[in-house]
Amino acid sequence: MSRTVTDVICPFCGTLCDDIEVVVSDDGRKLHEVYNACAIGAEKFLHSQAKDRITRPRMRQDDGSWKEITYDEAIDYTARILVNAKKPLMYGWSSTNCEAQAIGSEIGEVVGAVVDNTATVCHGTSLIAVQDIGIPSCTLGEVKNRADRILFWGCNPAHAHPRHMSRYSIFPRGFFTGKGHTARKVIVVDPRPTDTANVADIHLQVEQGRDYELFDAFRVAFKGEQLPDFVAGIPKEKIYEAAEMLKSGRFVIIFFGMGVTQSLGKNHNIDAAIAVTRDLNEYTKAAIMPMRGHYNVTGSGQVWGWLFGFPYAVDLSRGFARYNPGETTANDLLRRDEVDAVLVIASDPGAHFPFSSVRKIYELPSVAIDPHETPTTEVCKVHVPVAFVGVEVGGCAYRMDNVPIETRKVVEPPDGMMTDEEFLRRVLERIKELQGV
Amino acid sequence: MAIRVNLITGRTIQQGVSMEAGKEKPAYTAACGIIELDPTDFRKLGAFRGTNVRVTSDYGSVVVKAVEATQGPHPGIAFIPMGPWANMVVNPNTYSTGMPTFKGTPVTVEVARNEPVLNSLELVRKGCRGELAS
Repeated sequence: MSRTVTDVICPFCGTLCDDIEVVVSDDGRKLHEVYNACAIGAEKFLHSQAKDRITRPRMRQDDGSWKEITYDEAIDYTARILVNAKKPLMYGWSSTNCEAQAIGSEIGEVVGAVVDNTATVCHGTSLIAVQDIGIPSCTLGEVKNRADRILFWGCNPAHAHPRHMSRYSIFPRGFFTGKGHTARKVIVVDPRPTDTANVADIHLQVEQGRDYELFDAFRVAFKGEQLPDFVAGIPKEKIYEAAEMLKSGRFVIIFFGMGVTQSLGKNHNIDAAIAVTRDLNEYTKAAIMPMRGHYNVTGSGQVWGWLFGFPYAVDLSRGFARYNPGETTANDLLRRDEVDAVLVIASDPGAHFPFSSVRKIYELPSVAIDPHETPTTEVCKVHVPVAFVGVEVGGCAYRMDNVPIETRKVVEPPDGMMTDEEFLRRVLERIKELQGV
Repeated sequence: MAIRVNLITGRTIQQGVSMEAGKEKPAYTAACGIIELDPTDFRKLGAFRGTNVRVTSDYGSVVVKAVEATQGPHPGIAFIPMGPWANMVVNPNTYSTGMPTFKGTPVTVEVARNEPVLNSLELVRKGCRGELAS
């Protein structure tokens, strides 16, 4: 027999959908089906049931093969590389719960590590911009209930946040948006006519890397000033039309993604985007929100915000928290050989860092804590499989609009498997033993 | 025949699904070990759809399968889904922001019919050991 668990939180993207239904066996040991989730979220739940899942820690041998080790051995190895290192890098944190992030932060303080999360290759530049000029933002609930002008800039939710448009931004009927998508206007700015652009009223096919110019052009257009005939490949008539569309709304929301954070200009592109939002508030109500990727990258920024005052790239090696993107960020540290051990948790730099950084991880003492087999586990010396957060263990996560949501455990992890939190707690105990404190 | 294009990377739904299903599986290679080219760029390259190509930048080189743009047209722009294949060639410079320049890397694309597309683990492993052909 089976039973259905309702109101399950999806631990894939920053949209953190909270209406998932999961069918599990009566004893709660098998997960059979997933409803309401997008294709990616469903796959994440179902992959926890994979027959070939790795359930015990393993260590790389000299001949390149893996040898199974116990959790105790993995804990000892992890504690030792962190204690012995002068400046270890503890990277990842975005696909685990805030409880594990808090313990990881304590470890970072005790061993004098640099802690960095996946924002470093995602919305790190947005965080720099927010510190530069602030951010007028809102919650996704306000977007659903109030927003009638939606601007997606350099993001493609149809692929990256598949249910974002139906739950919050384009299609839902909210308190003041009872007509759903028919009463909303959608603008997409992207160098490709993406699947998101297909549902837009206006698509501005910006020249790749020219976002800053186009943001500035919007600011000029809002004021009714003169523009050159083309800006960033877009005819001025289209820019005026889009600017008018935004100004005429009752509530404008700008969502932005990797198209602006990773293109040249980086944080300055976001500065301009926030300035556009600020300018729009002269005419109507406007807000801006980054489309956060991992489901709890926002939470990791929150936890470090409380603990250290900085949302990512926190260097604790001097005994106090320092933050200097470009210096204390994971890729810069790796490429400049400034760290001497690497702990990766709940992320996959092996797949998502430029290869020059990946090679550095391969050369260092390294541990990957991850339920999956990934390119990161392939280059690390020890791989520690753990329970899936949000599937096999609950815990707090923060949605992209900084709303905390408690994720739920729906199914038992394989026998004897540790969670991130348990593993890190044991590592912390072992570190204190080794340090004699 | 080689062509010059501007490379961007990013998510696709196939990338997301196959990533969650296991990066060691062939589906992940099929989803991310590709380069999406505009039809006009295919014509310049003089290659059939589905041909293996070598993509080279100032920062590295990788073999992927050339497919037609799924979200086009975008002449002059090529797209490799985020993943280890794209990361072999993207510009790793952060220009003091911490963020590598994942979008906007000039690359050369040339036909490499007889070279295989490696799976993700093999690609990273061989790359780290210096066993990749260039």
